[in-house]
Amino acid sequence: MSEPNLNAPSLELRGLTLRYEGQALFEGLDLTVKAGRFTALLGASGVGKTSLLRIAAGLAVPDAGGVQAGDGQKLAGRVAWMGQQDLLYPWVRALENVTIGSKLRGERADKPRALALLAAVGLAGRERALPKELSGGMRQRVALARTLYENRPIVLMDEPFSALDAITRAAMQELAAKLLAGRTCLLITHDPLEACRLSHSLYVMAGRPARLGPEIAVPGHPPREPDDEALLHKQGELLRALLEASGV
Amino acid sequence: MKTVLRPLVTLLGLLGLWWAVARFAGIPDFLLPGPGEVAQVLAAQRGFLLQNALVTLVEIVLGLGLGTLFGGLLALAMVFSRGLQRWLLPLLLLSQAVPVFALAPLLVLWLGFGLASKVLMAVLVIFFPVTAAFYDGLRRTEPGWLDLARTMGASNFSVLVRVRLMAALPAFGAGLRIAAAVAPIGAILGEWAGASEGLGYVMLNANARMQTSLMFAALVLLAGMTILLWVAVDVVLKKLLHWAPDM
Repeated sequence: MSEPNLNAPSLELRGLTLRYEGQALFEGLDLTVKAGRFTALLGASGVGKTSLLRIAAGLAVPDAGGVQAGDGQKLAGRVAWMGQQDLLYPWVRALENVTIGSKLRGERADKPRALALLAAVGLAGRERALPKELSGGMRQRVALARTLYENRPIVLMDEPFSALDAITRAAMQELAAKLLAGRTCLLITHDPLEACRLSHSLYVMAGRPARLGPEIAVPGHPPREPDDEALLHKQGELLRALLEASGV
Repeated sequence: MKTVLRPLVTLLGLLGLWWAVARFAGIPDFLLPGPGEVAQVLAAQRGFLLQNALVTLVEIVLGLGLGTLFGGLLALAMVFSRGLQRWLLPLLLLSQAVPVFALAPLLVLWLGFGLASKVLMAVLVIFFPVTAAFYDGLRRTEPGWLDLARTMGASNFSVLVRVRLMAALPAFGAGLRIAAAVAPIGAILGEWAGASEGLGYVMLNANARMQTSLMFAALVLLAGMTILLWVAVDVVLKKLLHWAPDM
């Protein structure tokens, strides 16, 4: 399923500062998410990853700093966001969940496109199912189709697969990497394997106030095979780095 | 099958208990008539009783409809505007702080012996559980659903109508179930305070004339109506909220 005319810009986070109850979660944080690439942000729970992503999505306001698109145009309307849960609305069927953005904006739903996207995520024939009739993995597929339906050049993902079992998660990672290729993606995760499989480059976020480590490039192209030797080596390295950063 | 059988067993058990107490406890008939006598009265005076039951049913159903509508709109108004909420919340509490019992004679005095005073009483009893439950549901929307809608470019109004309202419907349903169960209170109280027809009026008169069997017959009819009303509301809600995970 190829989407025409993406022209994905880079996403630039500049000098972000966020304080929570007097303590700085991060201070003057800079990050460039490269255009059309998959970037992963890796860190322990509570380090401020979700807050950072929410700022990038326009859902939270930083105490200082800002977020821009690399092409100088406005960000509004060009960013899609995937949360930790699938966030399907239980009162509408799978198809209407995919096109929910149109409905929320008061536009006409593009039903044929939504059906094609559901087929692309492997849910052909399930468009009439209610969310409660779908498994966790299927629901996450609908959420992915919904993200694709929005057709935004920038996609932000907040551990969207963390609630899935290992096998379903691996399948979803492959699907996401394939279908989101060409977009500027920022994925935050606490799973080194997920970060290594999906990203062109990744960063480790640690400390308080949190800082980003140097860019780490993973050899090869995503989605990498789960038994790829370079990937497994990298994953081990990363886990060690994360453990050291957490001071255990 | 079990859903029909279980209440039936409970009903038969209660009837048996009632019969045994009336038969063997040595309580005189004018204090506690047995089920048989009450059934006789029900049969003998069915025209009179049904006619009065219909009056009460109309009061209850009108009260439930208007109370639900009013309660729902009140909750929406309070969520829509913080300013309105600050004005309405104290009024809401006040409406429940004044006992309905104390209001009944006043309402009859103002609105007369007819339908209006009873319906208003029923509305006063019914709207509160609906408002309270719905308002609560509207304020507790899953934050992720709101975030998602916002990143998709939904306006505040669209979020309220298409997300928060829908998400609050199960809570609204819970309030409505309570309202259906307590709905007869207002109508009966209104009839006690002053009426010329209705089951409450029948009971009051029968009580004054020591016609205990007639009182019980009216009571049985009232309980039956309340249960049927609740079941009807429950069936409709289950149909409308079939999407909810816990329905």
